[in-house]
Amino acid sequence: MFWSVTQSLLDGLWTSFEIFIFTLLFSLPLGLVLSFGAMSRWKILRGLVQTLVWIIRGTPLMLQLIIIFYGPGLWLGHNIWNGSESGRITATVVAFSINYACYFSVIFRGGIEGVPVGQREAGEVLGMTKSQIFFKITLLQMIKRVVPPMSNEVITLVKDTSLARIIAAYELTFAGYSFMKSSGITWPLFYTGVFYLVFVGILTLLFNYIERRLDYFR
Amino acid sequence: MAVLEVKNIEKHFDSTKVLRDVSFEMEEGSALAIIGSSGSGKTTLLRCLNFLEVPDKGSIIVRGETLFDADRPMKEQEKDLRRKRLHFGMVFQSFNLFPQYTALENVTLSEKLLAKEKPDFKQNKKEILEEIEKHGRALLEQMGLAERMEHYPHQLSGGQQQRVAIARALALQPDILCFDEPTSALDPELTGEVLKVIRGLADQHTTMIIVTHEMSFARDVADQIIFMDEGVIVEQGDARQVIDHPREERTRQFLTKY
Repeated sequence: MFWSVTQSLLDGLWTSFEIFIFTLLFSLPLGLVLSFGAMSRWKILRGLVQTLVWIIRGTPLMLQLIIIFYGPGLWLGHNIWNGSESGRITATVVAFSINYACYFSVIFRGGIEGVPVGQREAGEVLGMTKSQIFFKITLLQMIKRVVPPMSNEVITLVKDTSLARIIAAYELTFAGYSFMKSSGITWPLFYTGVFYLVFVGILTLLFNYIERRLDYFR
Repeated sequence: MAVLEVKNIEKHFDSTKVLRDVSFEMEEGSALAIIGSSGSGKTTLLRCLNFLEVPDKGSIIVRGETLFDADRPMKEQEKDLRRKRLHFGMVFQSFNLFPQYTALENVTLSEKLLAKEKPDFKQNKKEILEEIEKHGRALLEQMGLAERMEHYPHQLSGGQQQRVAIARALALQPDILCFDEPTSALDPELTGEVLKVIRGLADQHTTMIIVTHEMSFARDVADQIIFMDEGVIVEQGDARQVIDHPREERTRQFLTKY
């Protein structure tokens, strides 16, 4: 029994991991783009980004997931995600990426605006281009500033992957829960918890490592 | 020919006029000190020269080349802005060193970035970078920081940081080096080392504009002094003359405070 539960939970973990990693992959750059939009000189763009962030942060992620997964099928008459497991995961990644990009954009904006204006001015008087100033001066200082709040969000993302259950994606929590439903046993639920704890524990170590690596400057 | 001509510069923020009809000239190899109380427009003037602010009126001419003329269209002003900036070096009150780079990297960073844009960079990459490194080391040695090259800014005292900032500004060999109250953010016991370095530069006839509150320093080091009040140049002339025998009443009043 123990081995079959472990096997199922590992399957679920893999799905959760896929959602996690692809969400990060898309939401990090998208978040950066949105943060630039939020800081744009162009008022309309700023307004659009602010509205998007308001809507996405102001409604439950689960609701967004339901709309993104079922919406196209009901509006267009055919399911663009196709009904397979991979389609469910794709829909989850899309919903999650939009959601997390909005949260990240706020964190990034704080990080960029937290870099003193004097840094940019020093770069300007030294004849650097805007992109040189961003990549050679601002970026690393921003990263240093955003690591602690980002670690919160990334850890939350690990646990949010369990929301994919609502569209029947076979992720980790779904896997643990199914044993309770089918066999009436509860210990797999605690075992599931251990999987999350290990996952988050590894991330915590990783974030500690990044913080230490960036400790060489202030 | 004057190395720098500033003609009728005006600058306002919203409705506040910060600079009004500011004009002066500078000779190659001379040092100019700008004095005046806080809010008199001295820092804004320096920032206009470095294109950190755009003047509303007037023109800026370096070695006969018009770098800025408010009457010309904005498009033309922004063209070559980076190249135009390099005529001026800037040392900030708050140093503004890049915290993630060592003292030496701070000094060499912009030179390396500019070298990358040259067509022959790929072929002679190694020699060019070595040359820049050597140049940076020489500048830091000149600043008395031979032992501190691999230190990060937070490991340096304020006086040392400001000297790194001076080396960084010198690295691109600007025509005119600007100092914006270079010792105002320093503890009193650290101002001496920075003033000494600036004095050394003046002795080598580096063309400099120094905004400062150190009157005796301005008197000793500068050739010319400009006294500003409420955005206008009240008095300008020979440094000793202005400090010891000011002609204008407002200058006299200002100087009695020091």
